[in-house]
Amino acid sequence: MTLELKGITKRFGALTANDHIDLEVNAGEIHCLLGENGAGKSTLMNVLYGLYQADEGQILLDGEVQRFSGPGDAMRAGIGMVHQHFMLIPVFTVAENVLLGHEKALGGLAGAKQKVREISDRFGFHIDPDAKIEDLPVGVQQRVEIIKALSQDAKVLVFDEPTAVLTPRETDELMAIMQQLRDEGTAIVFITHKLREVRAIADRITVIRLGKVVGEASREDSSNELASMMVGRAVELTVQKSPPVLTDNVVEIRGLTVLDAIGQKVVNDVSFDVRGGEVLCIAGVQGNGQTELTEAIIGMQPRATGSITLNGLELQGKSVREVLDSGVGFVPEDRTVDGLVGDFTIAENLMLDRYRGEPFVKAGSIDRAVRDAFATEKLGAFDIRAQGIDTRVGTLSGGNQQKVVLARELGRPLALFVASQPTRGLDVGSIEFVHSQVIASRDAGIPVIVVSTELDEVVGLADRIAVMYRGGVVGVVPADTSRDTLGLMMAGEPPAGAPADPTDPSEGAAA
Amino acid sequence: MTTQQPAEVQPSADERIDLERAVVKHWKAPISYAVLTVVSFILMVLLARDGLARLRLASGGDFFQIPDALLPVRATGIVVVVVLALLTAFSFWAAATVRKVGAWLPVVFGIVFVVGFLVWAGAGAMIPIPGLLFATVGLSVPLIFGAMGGVISERAGVVNIAIEAQLLGGAFTGAVVASATGSTIVGVVAAMVAAVLVSMVLAVFAIRYFVEQIIVGVVLNVLIAGLTNFFYSSVLTDNPALNSPDRLPRINIPVLENIPLIGPALFNQTVIVYAMYIIVPLIAWGLFKTTWGLRLRAIGEHPLAADTVGINVPRLRFWNVSLAGAVAGLGGAYFTLDSNGAFTREMTAGLGYIALAAVIFGQWHPIKATGAALLFGFASALQQTLGAIGSPVPSEFMLMLPYVITILAVAGFIGQSRPPAASGKPYRKQ
Repeated sequence: MTLELKGITKRFGALTANDHIDLEVNAGEIHCLLGENGAGKSTLMNVLYGLYQADEGQILLDGEVQRFSGPGDAMRAGIGMVHQHFMLIPVFTVAENVLLGHEKALGGLAGAKQKVREISDRFGFHIDPDAKIEDLPVGVQQRVEIIKALSQDAKVLVFDEPTAVLTPRETDELMAIMQQLRDEGTAIVFITHKLREVRAIADRITVIRLGKVVGEASREDSSNELASMMVGRAVELTVQKSPPVLTDNVVEIRGLTVLDAIGQKVVNDVSFDVRGGEVLCIAGVQGNGQTELTEAIIGMQPRATGSITLNGLELQGKSVREVLDSGVGFVPEDRTVDGLVGDFTIAENLMLDRYRGEPFVKAGSIDRAVRDAFATEKLGAFDIRAQGIDTRVGTLSGGNQQKVVLARELGRPLALFVASQPTRGLDVGSIEFVHSQVIASRDAGIPVIVVSTELDEVVGLADRIAVMYRGGVVGVVPADTSRDTLGLMMAGEPPAGAPADPTDPSEGAAA
Repeated sequence: MTTQQPAEVQPSADERIDLERAVVKHWKAPISYAVLTVVSFILMVLLARDGLARLRLASGGDFFQIPDALLPVRATGIVVVVVLALLTAFSFWAAATVRKVGAWLPVVFGIVFVVGFLVWAGAGAMIPIPGLLFATVGLSVPLIFGAMGGVISERAGVVNIAIEAQLLGGAFTGAVVASATGSTIVGVVAAMVAAVLVSMVLAVFAIRYFVEQIIVGVVLNVLIAGLTNFFYSSVLTDNPALNSPDRLPRINIPVLENIPLIGPALFNQTVIVYAMYIIVPLIAWGLFKTTWGLRLRAIGEHPLAADTVGINVPRLRFWNVSLAGAVAGLGGAYFTLDSNGAFTREMTAGLGYIALAAVIFGQWHPIKATGAALLFGFASALQQTLGAIGSPVPSEFMLMLPYVITILAVAGFIGQSRPPAASGKPYRKQ
């Protein structure tokens, strides 16, 4: 089956998310759609899948114009989608998820189970149709998504950022599955912003930028060429930094355990040190305790035990206010939920943690002159692109929102800087800016902890790398550790020979 | 076709994401048992009453007559307190050694406590147990119908605070229509239609206009209370003929009604109650075994996922909320066409909210919610029965009983329960 998109245009208000996009995908090929966060890839695919209606343009299958008023139409036409955020119902079993919406066609639950077994055997998935989704690891959940699409005899399969939640090894396995599907004659659209994956697997590459197709590329092109095509200018892919100069500042974490509401150890007996002047990156697949670890440092996890000392001062058990006052800067994982108040202006967001007393508050009321002067200064210093300090933060792009968070957190004297997924969902320009700020904090001589699920970012930023798996730290390794080793660690295997820590001799004795 | 990866890299489906569990000791249950044991000790031993309590266990038409139980109050009190103390000790031991205790413990504890309390309160009097059970069923019926309406609606993702309005609207319409037409069955149908209309208002505002569901529900409750009060005082009081429906006939099921103890309570009822015996298991089966239930639960858990497989979420939600209204309407009809025989001001008296509590207590499961509703019904029946025999406990205290149980239940005393993930969240598409 050949899929053609012709002149697809989709507007949201004043924003044109897709501007006359043309795309052709043939049976038996993997067509990569490469673009930055916010370039309009997902919008395009939601138009294709019938979730959005295009304002202009046509979708053709084997030369015939299609009209999709909903996902049901798209599915019947043979289009399947593996969503970035899985469209699975956590409390349902695998078979029930496959069955949903196609009860008659599959012949009830028994038919759905049969279908799951059939497809699972064909691809060697080993999936139990009666397993509950919420009990399955994300890699397996993704396979259920694939089974869901294949059970509807999808001839065109769209993978929307499928590797974001996978370990490197799971990513390799997914690539093998995609190749197998291609060899069986499925047309595959692979949406990603990861150059490594594109170059490994693509038959054709279409690059889009700001909602427009900027051209086709070849997998033989270098990563730098692909990146500059994607961003529209020459891009420095590596983070510029000098060797670390360690200072005497230190944060020591000993035996930190965090329980969730039902008593599971989401952080399990974690111990490590970070010295001033170095960046410790916490790598690992999302959901292995990184969030809870950083929240425990800032004092937001009520069920935490163990010890966190910053330059000898115990932080564990203190309130968030006390932790902030001891000089901890914190960039939360989800800036729109935990980092900012969307309906507040930039100036108001910048003083969220400065509402107690001078100089921002005098005699119980906010000194607007001081606040606005502060905001105006930060607007320039952090290159926040906005109409002015009175712009509501919710209307800013992800990159500019993150700059507001950074401006607030880095705008006071710090003794420790913790950034959780600081570049998630940002465009390349903003990522470069965030990275430069992280390195600047490190060079100022304070300990820096960065949580990231992107291996490229971890390797680029870190002076040392701690890998988390199921709440525990698998190991703390030097930054030049091979990606293969890191990938294995992210799946829970300790590094071979458990190398001694290169910068911190006390590490081995800890815990 | 080639399989391109070696077998050992396949994460098997058996590989569950189990994290190590910390040893967390839960003291909530044993402490509450201890409190109740102390209360029993004070009542039944320190404030013990003399004499005998007669528990009547038989009623007229039984196969065989169970003799009355004549219990010495003081001795029974001591035995009950000892048993409760032992159960409490066991509960503490289980908590200290982090053992799982089955549901038998709260059930046995509850029964022993209630028996002890009955004997104490009934010293020197006679307590008719069949009558108590009959009253329990009668008081539970509207709660169960209301709870079923709540279960359906919330499983579909719409919080149904308006159960109260559906019951009240159903009760009023049922009475008026049955009086006007002279047909009780038409009255029942009219009650269901009225409750469906109330539901549809909730559905339209919640689903089409994304209005906060709790607010719409509360507004509907106030609106229906106001409307029925207005029509009651302006129309019904002047035209009593419009408020004197025939009552549904009691239908005795032969043989079954003669079962000792429970026969008269369960099988000497009206068609509404018999309908309930069918509807509750039907909803339970439908929710978990049919396409209707699969889709219903899907839109209440993850509407976007349901949308991506071609399910029309708003439409399905709308019709299921309407269906929930129809079920609750039966409970409304019960007030005027079965238990009472005429409409009175705000006669549902907040039972819609108790039904909502039963939904939560019953963890959004039709059978468990029915059990919860029966428990609340029993508490009310106990209060009535003890009031009738002149119990030493002030009746105001007894009136509190159902609500105290409700508060404890809703406060999650019985354990954490997880609502449908998307309940109360409007589904918006770009």
